[in-house]
This record gives sequence, structure tokens and C-alpha cells, in this order.
Amino acid sequence: MARTPSSRRRRPVKLYAGLGIVGFFALIALVGPVLVSGAGRISADSMARPSGSHLLGTTDIGQDTFKELIVGTRAELEICLTAGLLAMSLALLIGVTGGYLGGKADQVLTAVANVFLVLPTLPLIFLVADLVHPKNPFVIALIIGTTSWAASARVLRGQTLSLTRREYIDAARVGGESHRRILVCEIMPNLLPVIAAQLVFAFIGALLTHAGVAYLGLDNSSNVNWGTMLYFANNALALQRGAWWWFVPPGLCIALVGAGLSLINLGIDELVNPRLRVPRARAVRRRMESVATAAEVDEKVTA
Amino acid sequence: MRYVLGKLGFYLAALWAAVTLDFLLPRLIPGTPVDAVLARMSQHGSVPPGERKALELMLGGPHGSVVSQYFQYLGDLVRGRFGTSVTYYPVPVSAVIRQSILWTVVLVGVATVFSFTLGIAFGTIAGWKRGTWADNLIAPATFLAAIPYFWLALLALYFLAGRFGLPVAGGYDTQSVYVSFSWPFISSAIGHAILPAATIIISSLAGWALGMRNMMVSTLAEDYMVAAEARGLPRRTLMIGYAARNAVLPSVTGVAIALGFVVGGALITEQVFSYPGIGTALYQAVANSDYPLMQAVFLVITVAVLGGNFLVDLLYAVIDPRTRRRA
Repeated sequence: MARTPSSRRRRPVKLYAGLGIVGFFALIALVGPVLVSGAGRISADSMARPSGSHLLGTTDIGQDTFKELIVGTRAELEICLTAGLLAMSLALLIGVTGGYLGGKADQVLTAVANVFLVLPTLPLIFLVADLVHPKNPFVIALIIGTTSWAASARVLRGQTLSLTRREYIDAARVGGESHRRILVCEIMPNLLPVIAAQLVFAFIGALLTHAGVAYLGLDNSSNVNWGTMLYFANNALALQRGAWWWFVPPGLCIALVGAGLSLINLGIDELVNPRLRVPRARAVRRRMESVATAAEVDEKVTA
Repeated sequence: MRYVLGKLGFYLAALWAAVTLDFLLPRLIPGTPVDAVLARMSQHGSVPPGERKALELMLGGPHGSVVSQYFQYLGDLVRGRFGTSVTYYPVPVSAVIRQSILWTVVLVGVATVFSFTLGIAFGTIAGWKRGTWADNLIAPATFLAAIPYFWLALLALYFLAGRFGLPVAGGYDTQSVYVSFSWPFISSAIGHAILPAATIIISSLAGWALGMRNMMVSTLAEDYMVAAEARGLPRRTLMIGYAARNAVLPSVTGVAIALGFVVGGALITEQVFSYPGIGTALYQAVANSDYPLMQAVFLVITVAVLGGNFLVDLLYAVIDPRTRRRA
């Protein structure tokens, strides 16, 4: 694309801000549990206000809220990562295969994805989580991951379909390249921005879903993470008893990580789709080249 | 017509998948949910002799092949027999559902319509006036979408209800009014719905707005927009009749995807506000390992979401004539 003065490369502020926030929490998840000792230790100091000895106060049984929060960060992000990656792998497998193969295989895979798309996942997760009663935190991640891949699969399918129809793929095929090589070397690189955006969506979805599931008490109560913290805080009527330091921080952390991930997504969107950027001079609006953007092509294919 | 039939076929297939999933899940799980449920029931009083057989039909038991169990299960569903609730023992599950379903449908329905309309209007303006104050609000608004529904709801409950004395708990004032088709009841119900609906709207509004804003921006760059502007059409017509009308189409299909999420979020919001809807019933079911109620709630929610999607698809055929012609 010819570079007009207005689309001169600008620093992707949103992307950096988002990466900063998520990176900060990732760092805590990595080193936090090593630095903090004695999380979960019960003491007589019940429902204490934040102070020097307890940075974020204590719970009803005298556990240090700040330490719980730090230790919970790793557990929460692990669940988020596992569920997100699993959902993404399933979406890639089903979406890209369908879009690339086309025909009957595509129809079957699309139908499966559509069914999963319209089924309300949260009640389904409740049902499964309650039946399984997972002790291992990864079981929850597994359940979330296997029920939340369908929307991404649909987007990836549309994108793959439009890429598969382009001439350079025909050229590769005529040149005798194998299916695997075409998929990995020709299609995948062009899918990367979409995959990145969908992966971030999957992380946000997993984070919020797990928070909800754990809040209702469906995560095993011996696991310490932000979701179970909210569950215990709510069960102990923390807010009603004025113990905001117990209830607010875990939710705020979830919201911050979620916001950081959304910022990353907005940033990716603007990098990939220059039209969404705010042009310097508004007069440029109509004169921008009509590059067939990913969104449009996707629309035309699925329409 | 073929479009409608095709869609109907798809939703019937989806419904069948949900029903089958509902049948298979308790049977795939190790252990015997039937014994667990019976043990809980007997805590509430004597259990009638037919109960075990009925439960085995719903949850799986040693009698009969899986296939024959499956058909008996389907037969029971068709006749609306969902078994007996453990939580509200000995009330049948179907009665529990009948009492709570309308509360949720109205709450979620009204909140979704509000959130969609507001979000689309907001997105239209933000896309049209790109780079202005309206557009700059989009990024902060997406943060709201990243906040857990129920956490926001609880904070709202604490700060607004606690401090300003807004009515919150339950779907209506149980102290002063009865459920009836009368003004005191309806006004009480509306008052109690404001906070739950507001939390649903706040946390789902931004998604609509962002999607609409991005589609507006793409649509504005189309050649037909330039042509329409060159013809000297009024700006209002350009914005609404030309740009928004086309940009809204993906958002309408988006409703299909969003409905499931909104219902899921609303389930937890209901629990926060002790709203007498299906979410609270589900929460009670989960808290009490009430498998019959859980299964039925899942099915009812699925039917509602599928029905909502079907309506949206029909609407889509009306607003996008291309769908009809192609079918």
C-alpha cells in the first residue's frame, strides 16, 4: 500500500500499553509465588484493614489478602492460558481445515461449529463442572477450552477460505507444493494477525468465564486464584461487612488483565487494518485507497 | 421460504445436539448421580418408590440399553416431564422452571434490546465522526466489557443500593405486593429490574459499539458512499440510510453469538441480585447438586437461545434482501 502522509507509521500506543499491563501480571505470575511466603496461613487477625503488616488486609480467617492475590495470579493466568490455547487449537484445526478443504468436509465442520456457537456455553460449563467436580485446576481450563472455540473457528474459516481462493495459492498448487506446505508456508503467515486477535479474545473469554464459574463455587475450593477469592469473599459477605480490600482487588485484577488484553486487540486491529486508525487530517477519510481489508473479504465470502 | 426452512432445520439439529448432550453428560461421568440425588432427597423426607426409576431415566441407570433409555428420555422431555427438583423437593422441576422463566426472558430481553440499540447508535456516531469525542470514548468503553459482570453488579449493589436505598433484592417487593397483573406489582418489578438490567447493559454495550464503529469506518470508504455524497444527498440520509444500514448487518448476525454470552452473564447477575429467574434456579441447583433441575435449566436456556437466534435470522432476511434472493 502506498504510504500517504496520514498513514505514516505511528507508535501503536494501545498495543504497548496492553502488552505492558499483561506483561506486568505475567511477571507477577512468574516470580510472585517464589517471593511470597506463608500465603493461606490462618491467623487470629481476622478481617484486618490494610496496614504495614498486611498490605491488603486479611480475610475472615486471617489470611493475608495480598499474598493470596499474588499466589492466585499464577493459578489464574495458567487457567486462562491453558483454556485460551486449547480453544485456539481447536478453532485452528476446525476452521482452517474447513476453509482450506471446502466441499463436504467444510459443510460438516461448519455445521459443528455453528451448533457449538449457538449453544449457551456457560450453563453447559456449569453442568459439566458440577458433574465432574474437578480437583485439578486444569480440568476447569479443559472444560472452558473445549466449549469456547466456535466463534474463532468461524472467523478463521472465513479468512482461510478467502486466502485459499487467491491466485498465489493456485500458483503454489500448480507448482506442485504439498497441502501441508501450502497451509504452513503460504496460508498460516497471512492468518497470523487474525490468529493473534482471536487468541487474545480467547484469553479474555477464558478469564471472564473462569471468574464466573469460580464465583459460583464450581472451581475446587482448595485452589487459590482470583475467581475462588471472589467466591470466598462473597460467601463471607465481605462487601456487606465493609471488607472491600478482600473483594475489590481480585475483581480489579481480572478487569485490568481483561482491559490489557482488549488494548492489545485494539492495537493489533489498528496495525493490521490501517483504516481503523484515526487519520491526522479528516479530509483524508474518503480518499483512502480501498484496500480489500480482511474484514471486507470475510464479509463477502460469508455473505 | 427455503431460507426459513433451512434455518429451521439447522436449529432443530442444534436442539437435538443439546438434548443428546444433556442425556449423555450424566452418563459419561464416573459415579452414580442417581444415588447422590436420592440421598439428598431422603434428607428432605420420604422418597416415593417410583422416584428411583424416574431419576435413572434422566441420569442413567443399570436398567435397559442406552438406546431404549434415550428414547424414554426423549419421550419424557416431549411430555414436559423433567423429574422432581431436589432443591425445592417435592416440587416438580417443570413447575420451578415455569415460575422463573418469564423473569429471565423479560430481564435479558429488555436489557439486550437496550444494549444493542444504544451500542449501535453510539458506534454509528463514533464511526461517522471519527477522531472526535464520541470516537475517543470507544476505547475506555471496551474496558467495561472486560470487567466481570457479577463483580460490577456486586459493587453496584454495595455502592448504589446500600448508599441510596435503591430496591434490589428479589424481582419485586415481596413484603407489599403479590405477583399479579396490576400496577403496584409491575412498577415494583420494574424498580427491582433497573440495577440488574443496568449491569447487563453496561458490560455488553461496548462490544456492540466497537463492532459497529469499525464497520461504519469500512463502509464509509465504499465507492457508493462517495457517489451518494457527490449526488448531494443530505448528511442524515448518508449516515443512516447509506452507511449505518449496511454497517449494521454483521452486528445483527453478531446477536446470535452474543445471546449465549449475555444469557450466561445474566445467570450470574441474577444470583447477585437474588432475582427470581432461571439463573437463580440454576445457582440453587448447582449449590445443591440438583441434577434434574440443572439438566432442565440447561435445556430451557438452550431452547430460549436457539429460539432467539432463529428470530434474529428471520429478521436478517427482512433487513438484508440478498439473503432472501440467494436462498
